[in-house]
Amino acid sequence: MKLITAIVKPSKVDDIKRALQADGVHGMTVSETRGFGRQKGHTEIYRGAEYTVDFIPKVRIEVLADDADCDHIVDLIVTTANSGSIGDGKLWVTPVETVVRIRTGERGSDAL
Amino acid sequence: MINSGDTAWVLASAALVLFMTPGLAIFYGGMVRAKSALNMMMMSFAAIGVTTIIWVLYGYSLTFGTSQGGLIGDFSHLGLSGTLDQVVGAEGHQIPTVAFAMFQLTFAIITVALLSGAIADRAKYGSWVLFVAVWVTLVYIPIAHWAFASQGGNGGWIIDKLGALDFAGGTVVEINSGAAALALALVLGKRDGFRRDPMRPHNMPLVLLGAGMLWFGWFGFNAGSALSAGSLAATAMINTQIASAAASMSWILFEKYRDGKATTLGVASGAIAGAVVITPACGYINPLGALLLGLIAGVAACYAVSRKYKFGYDDSLDVVGVHGIGGVIGMLGIGLLATQTVNDTGQEGLFINGSFELLTHQVIAIVAVAAFSFTATWLIATAISRTIGFRVLRDDELTGLDTTYHAESAYDITGNSNRY
Repeated sequence: MKLITAIVKPSKVDDIKRALQADGVHGMTVSETRGFGRQKGHTEIYRGAEYTVDFIPKVRIEVLADDADCDHIVDLIVTTANSGSIGDGKLWVTPVETVVRIRTGERGSDAL
Repeated sequence: MINSGDTAWVLASAALVLFMTPGLAIFYGGMVRAKSALNMMMMSFAAIGVTTIIWVLYGYSLTFGTSQGGLIGDFSHLGLSGTLDQVVGAEGHQIPTVAFAMFQLTFAIITVALLSGAIADRAKYGSWVLFVAVWVTLVYIPIAHWAFASQGGNGGWIIDKLGALDFAGGTVVEINSGAAALALALVLGKRDGFRRDPMRPHNMPLVLLGAGMLWFGWFGFNAGSALSAGSLAATAMINTQIASAAASMSWILFEKYRDGKATTLGVASGAIAGAVVITPACGYINPLGALLLGLIAGVAACYAVSRKYKFGYDDSLDVVGVHGIGGVIGMLGIGLLATQTVNDTGQEGLFINGSFELLTHQVIAIVAVAAFSFTATWLIATAISRTIGFRVLRDDELTGLDTTYHAESAYDITGNSNRY
C-alpha cells in the first residue's frame, strides 16, 4: 500500500476531489497548510507597503491506495492540479506498512 | 431656564460619544494581530475608567473652571462641586452644567483612547494606565481649556483671545491625538517585525463594526457640539455624513489606483478620516465644502499612513496619518471655507471674504497644539519609560499580550485553547 501526499493550490482542491470521486477513490484527507518551494514566496502590497510573504497558503491532500491503483491516482491528481504556472505544488508517494479500520479492526487492503 | 429640547440632545449626544470608545476598542482590536486583540481593547476601557475618575475629581474643574490667563482652569469645581444646580449656554438655550460636563468627559475619554493605536502590541498595561492619568491631566486638560473653555473673552486663549475656530475638537481631539501618537510611537519604538511582516488586521469584520460604531457616535460628537437642538446641529450632522461618505470612497479610489486593490481597511479608515476632517469644520462650512474636505481627506490620509514606512516610526494603527493629518486639513479648511451663512457666531474664510486673518489664526492654533502635545507627551512617555518601563519584554510581545498580561485569549478556537 502507498500513501500519496499532494501539496496543491487551494483553488484546485474541488476539481481534484471531484476527479477522485468520479474515479471511485476510497477516501481522502485534506488540510490547509502553508509553505514555499522553488518559487520562494511572493511579494504583496498592503496599505501602501510591500512585503515578502514566505509561506504561501496551500492544501495538503492525502490518499491511501493499493499498489495497483497508485500510479493511476497519482496521474489523476497531477493532471487535475496542473495549471502550468508557478506554484502548482508537489506530490510524493511513500510506502505504508499497514492500515487498520478502527471500527472493525480490518487490516491491510481490506481497511482501505 | 433650562431648555429641555437642547438638554435632551446633549444628554443623548453624551451617550453617543461614549459609545465611540467601545467602538474604537472594536475598531482597533480587529486591526491588531489576534494574539494581542484583547490588550488593545483593554487599553480603550482603561481610558474610560481612569479618565472618568480624573474628570470628576479635578478634570472638569481644571478644564472649565475660571481661566487662569487663558492657559488652564482652576480648582473651583473639585468633585463637580457647585455644578449640580448650575446651567450653561446662551439665554433660551441653557442646559444643566452637569450635562455639559458629562458630554465633555466623553471627549477626554476618546482622545486618550485614540493614542493606544500608536503603541499596539507592545505597551505594559500598568504603564498605559498610569500614562492615561498623567496625559489627561497634563496634556488633554490644558488643550481642552485653550480651545473649548469660552468665558466671555477671558477663557481659553485659542477660543477667546486668538479667535481660531474649532467646532468639535479638531485641535483638542484630532491634532492633539495625532501629535501625541507620534511622540508615543517614537518613545516606545517599533514592534518586532515592523516593515518585515505585513501585520495584517486579524479580524476585518470587527474593524468594520467598530468603524460603524464610531461613525454613528460621531453624530453626537459633531452635532452635539452645537450644544443645542437646532439648525446648527442639523448642519453639523449632515456635514459629518457627507465628509465620512466622501472620504471612504476617495480613500479606496486612491488605494485602487496606487496599490491595485480597494481594501476593507481602506473603506473603514476613509470613513474615519472624513469624520475627523469635518470635526472642526462641521459647524462653519456648507455641505459642498464638507464634500470637498471629505474627498481631500480620504486621499491625503491614505497617502499619509504609508509614510510611516518611509520615515520608520511604527504608528501601528495610523493615528498620526488619520487623526493628525485629517485634523490639520479640517482646521485649514475652516480658514478657507468658513461662512457666516452657516453659523453667524463664526467667521469667514479666505475663499469667502478674501482675508487671510482667519487662516492665520487657524495655523497658529494648529502649530501651538501640535507642538505642545508632541513635546509634553514625549516627556511623559520618556519619564515612564525610564522609571517603571513602558515597553513589554520581547518574549511577551512575541507570545502576545493577551495571555502574558491578561491571562485570556480573544479566540478560544485557536491552538492556544484548552479544548483537549
